[in-house]
Parts: sequence; structure tokens; C-alpha cells
Amino acid sequence: MGFFIEVVLGGLLAGVLYSLVALGFVLIFKASGVFNFAQGAMVLFAALTLVRLMSADLPAAHYWGAAAVLGIAIGYVVTLAWASFRPGAPPGRARNWGVTGAFAAIGLGLAVAFGGRGWQAWVAIPAAAAIMGLMAIAIEKLVLRPLVNQEPIILFMATIGITFFIDGFGQTIWGSEIYTLDLGIPKNPLFILESLFEGGVLVNELDVFAAVIAGVLVAVLAVFFQKTRIGRALRAVADDHQAAQSVGIPLNQIWVIVWTVAGFVALVAGIVWGSKLGVQFSIALVALKALPVLILGGFTSVPGAIVGGLIIGMGEKLAEVYLGPTFGGGIENWFAYMLALVVLLFRPQGLFGERIIERI
Amino acid sequence: MIYREAGQFKTSYRADQAVFPILQDRVAMALILLLAYVAIPLLASDYLFLAILIPFLILSIAAIGLNILVGYCGQISLGTGGFMAVGAYAAYNLALRVPELNLLAVFVLAGGAAALVGVVFGIPSLRIKGFYLAVATLAAQFFLDWVFSRIGWFTNYTPSGSVTAPQIRIFGYVFHSPAEKYLLCLALATVAAVAAKNLVRGRLGRSWMAIRDMDIAAEIIGIRPLQAKLSAFAVSSFFCGVSGALWAFVFLESWEPLAFDINRSFSLLFMVIIGGLGSILGSFLGAAFITIVPVFLNQLPTVLGIPISTAMISHLEFMIFGALIVFFLIAEPHGLARLWAVGKQKLRLWPFPH
Repeated sequence: MGFFIEVVLGGLLAGVLYSLVALGFVLIFKASGVFNFAQGAMVLFAALTLVRLMSADLPAAHYWGAAAVLGIAIGYVVTLAWASFRPGAPPGRARNWGVTGAFAAIGLGLAVAFGGRGWQAWVAIPAAAAIMGLMAIAIEKLVLRPLVNQEPIILFMATIGITFFIDGFGQTIWGSEIYTLDLGIPKNPLFILESLFEGGVLVNELDVFAAVIAGVLVAVLAVFFQKTRIGRALRAVADDHQAAQSVGIPLNQIWVIVWTVAGFVALVAGIVWGSKLGVQFSIALVALKALPVLILGGFTSVPGAIVGGLIIGMGEKLAEVYLGPTFGGGIENWFAYMLALVVLLFRPQGLFGERIIERI
Repeated sequence: MIYREAGQFKTSYRADQAVFPILQDRVAMALILLLAYVAIPLLASDYLFLAILIPFLILSIAAIGLNILVGYCGQISLGTGGFMAVGAYAAYNLALRVPELNLLAVFVLAGGAAALVGVVFGIPSLRIKGFYLAVATLAAQFFLDWVFSRIGWFTNYTPSGSVTAPQIRIFGYVFHSPAEKYLLCLALATVAAVAAKNLVRGRLGRSWMAIRDMDIAAEIIGIRPLQAKLSAFAVSSFFCGVSGALWAFVFLESWEPLAFDINRSFSLLFMVIIGGLGSILGSFLGAAFITIVPVFLNQLPTVLGIPISTAMISHLEFMIFGALIVFFLIAEPHGLARLWAVGKQKLRLWPFPH
């Protein structure tokens, strides 16, 4: 019994990690109808950026560039905040650029002054987030905008192109070895429920930590989507692009925001996965594990991504432990897909997806 | 001026329904075939055969198959690599266990085996569509990968999991040199192209296109989705299976399941999309593009004399490849085949635009 619970718990906690990746997919699919295959590559890129900024063996220019990007991001956020606190007096385009540029210069200057090597986590994480934001802007400008109104499969293929690009780009500028990411997250094995079972149940502290992070992330996203003005705009865009545009919601900005948020989620997933496995190319393949989670939970449902991840994680581990010996092992790779496929045969829109209504 | 159909009258239904109704097209086609069957075998080097022409022809067959499924029937599939693997391993086992069987029959039977597997994995398409289906077909990919790497019977219990194809002997003739292998692939690719072109022009092809354009409407006008979708999966997988068998026997000669992994599926999907969805010509153009570009990118630094490490080359290759794909999708989402069609349309009026 204790062993069974241990397997279930281990599966659930592994499932949380799948959910984290699936979450990024859902966000983008909901808001732009793009099936973003690049989410896995974004996880890898975010993790690589973070771990390399924290190490000290890169050419100095990398740190300077990252510092400038971080400065631009801070400057941009400051001007936005300024504008929203003084709605009567818009600061004006020139001054916006001025403030943003000033912050960028300060960031660059600080990085140069301190030699800019081996950043602390509290600087590196915002810098990685800022770089993900910059990437979102680039993707929107260079890829999504020219492809607006194309068929979904064209956009899907474009994201596969982006995947290739980001994979190559990330490894070109950040290097392609295996890096260990140490943010001080505890990794010790932990015995719980010792009073109930003999020997207790073994879980990893890191997995528990990941579960907590995922919970916090989902809560933050829920609040962001439900309570803020941008969140409402996002939901409107998800509902109907054209209607949202006709009531004055700027579609392009919304897309940038969504991709940025997905980039942040990728960063969180990258931190967790990177701490667990080390930052290496195989992280990008985690995206393939998140796909069955998606079809199980439904492409458009945030709770679906979470519950789907839990089900897939648990099912996978149970199957590997109890069915694996019969089949000869290694069934983890496809079991999730088969499980999802069986569910789809009965519920074509996934567990939580919106009902598909077709009209002629 | 030269490409103008004025004065070419069609006096029978037969002439009206010809694949190439215009004389110039027929002449061009004859020239291309002459070039492919006579000039290239005489002139090309072994490197050209082995690195570009043979893989291009084999992958074109698979691309035609995938184009039938994605371009004509509208069912996105990411399991193509798996279906190719079915063809390869079916051919391997047939050749191993029934050695007296003619190799051409082996290829056809391998295609048949892939078609059966394709139909099984096509069943979900009756319930789900779009990206849900795309992800569901990944199940086929991963499951088949696993089957061929874990179940020893398929690889004849070789300890390393890698198997070697027998000699290519058809009617007592051994295909040994690259030029001979090229001619074999070319012949099969020609048969595949003609078969596919005529399939999609016929009743079956029309039912596929109706399903693609709107499945409910198609159902209402009397097309059975079950038969249309599953036949598309079967035909598509047949082509992929034959192509997989050729890829294994002619190109790789000895291989392991990794040769048919998910990247193969993606690159085939790229071929179909860059070449042009719903176009047989597009399948060839896309296959040529995706085969040539990596070879070209690989050679580029050496040609330009820039010293870069091999790891860097592979990363840069990834980057350029990804960027090129995005660029092509933006420049012409309907693929190279559409560019060709536009060019032809322009040529009809050239040099007098009115």
C-alpha cells in the first residue's frame, strides 16, 4: 500500500511538471489560436539564459547585452506605470523612449562597471524574463503579424520553424553543454506519512517545491486573467478576435503580452526542470510530454492543463511500474499518448475543453 | 510567347481530361523525364546520387503520401515516420523470412502493412480533428518507435537493434552502383506520382477534397466520412510504407529505429507545406528543398573558408533552417507549387501582358 501511494504521489508530482509546460501552450492557444510548438524550445532557451547568466565563463558582451535588455524592460515598465498613474498627462512618446533608454544605459553601465560576470539569481531571473519578453515581441513582429489570417496549420508550421530557430540560437549564444542550475532549491529525499505506513512514503523535496510553484503560478494567472484589465482583454481576444478588435482592444499588443506571459511560464518551467535534470537540450523534448496533457485536458482550459498533467503523470508512473514488466519496459514514452487517445475517443474536446459546435 | 495554348483545340472528352492538356507541358514533361532517365545517370557523380538524388526521390514518395493525407484530405498527421518504419521493418522481415519473394513484391507488401497500421491509427480521425488529431497521430509515432526498438522479433533479435538490409536483387538483377539504385528509385517515384495524380483526379480524390473542405457538408451530400478518411489514411500510409522500405533498403542499408523518429515526421510535414498542400508537383519541390538545403548549409562554411566548429555549424544550420521555413511561410504560405503556378500564368501572357 505504501509503495502504491509512493508511486501515485511520484506520478502526481511529475505530472505537475508536465502541467507547467502545458500551461504555456494553453495560454497561447487560448489567446491567439496558435498551437505553439515552440513552447519546449522556449523552456530550454529560458533555462539556458538563466543558467548562463549565473555562470561566469561567457564573453563579457553577453552580460552587457542582457543588462541592456533588463534595463529596457525596467524602463518600459516604469513608463507604463507612470502613464497609468497620471492618466491626464501622457508622458509623450519622446519622453517614453528617453526614460526607457536611460534605464537601458544605466543597466549597461552597471554591467560594464562591475565586470558583469556571474550574476546573482535575483538579477539573472528578471533578466531572463526580460529576454523572454523581447523574444515575444520579436516573434509577434516578425512571424505572427505577417501571418495573420493564415490557416492554423501554417501558423503551426511557423512555430516549428521558430522551434528550430530558438534551439539553434540558444545553443549558439549560450553554449550547448549540460549545465547544473542551483538556485538553492532543496533536493533531499523526504519521508512523509511515517505514522501511517511502515517506512513512510518517499518523495523528493524538489518535486514538492515544484508543486507549490505550480500552484502559486496558477493562482497568479487566475487572478491576472479574472481581475485585471489586461486579463479581461485577453479573455475577450480568446473569445473572438474580430469582436475584440472592433471594441478597441489592440490585438497586436495582446499577442505580445500573451507570448510574454507564456515566456515567463516557460522560465518557471525551465527553472524547475533545470534544477531537476540539469539544463540541457533534452529539456526541449519535455514539450512532447506536454502534448498528451493538452489533448487530455483540452487546448483551451487552464484547469485542464493542470488536471491533465496530474492524470498523465500518475497514469504514466503506474503503467511503468505495474504494466511495464509485462510489456518489456520503456512504455512511458507512448503510454501517455495512448491514454489521451482513449479519452479522446469518448470526449473529442478533451476533459475540460469547450464543446465543439459545428455549423454549416 | 512560347508558352501559349492558342490554337490547341480539344475535340474529345479524353483530350479535355488529360493530365497535361497543353502541348508545351507535355513536351516539358517528356524533356524532364528524358533528363532524369538518360542524361542524369550518364552524367551525375556518385556523390550526387547518394547524397541528394536518391534521398530526394525516396522522400518524394513519402511526401506524396503525406500530401494525400494532409493536403487532399485535410487530416494532419505527425506519425509519418512511424508509418515509414512499419514499411521498412515489414520489408526487412519479409525479405528475411520469405527469401524467395521478389523484392518488388516485398516493397508492395511492406506498403500494404503500413496501410493496415495507418488505418488503425486513422480511426480516431473519425471523432477528432485538427490539432487534436495531429497530437493523436503522435501516439502512432511513439508507439511504433517503441515497438521496433523493444520487440525483438521485428529486428530478428539482433543485440544492437540495428538491422542490415539484404542485397537489392530484382528478377535476378543486382542493383549495385548508385546510378542503378537511382534508376530504381526514379522508376518507383514515377509510378507513385502517376498513381497519386490519377487517384486525386478520380472519385476517391474528390471525396477526400470534399471532406477536407467541410466534412459535415460532404457527409450531407453523400460522401461517407468513414470510407473517405480511412482510405486517405490507407493510401497515404501505403506510399509512406513503400518509401520507408526504400529508405531502409536503398539509402540506409543498415539502420535502427532512430532513423524513423519524430524528426522524420516533421521534415516530411515541412516538405509538404513548403512544397504546397494539395499538389503532387509540390511534393517533389518540397522534398527537393528540404533535401538540398541541409547539404548546402553544411557545405557553406567550408566553401567560404570560415573556420567554425562542427557543433557551431549544426546550431547555425538549425537557425538558418528555422528562419528559412518561417520566411517561406510568410512569403508564400501556399508553397512552391503556387509560385510555379503563378509563374506559369505570367508566362502565358509574356511578353505582351494584355
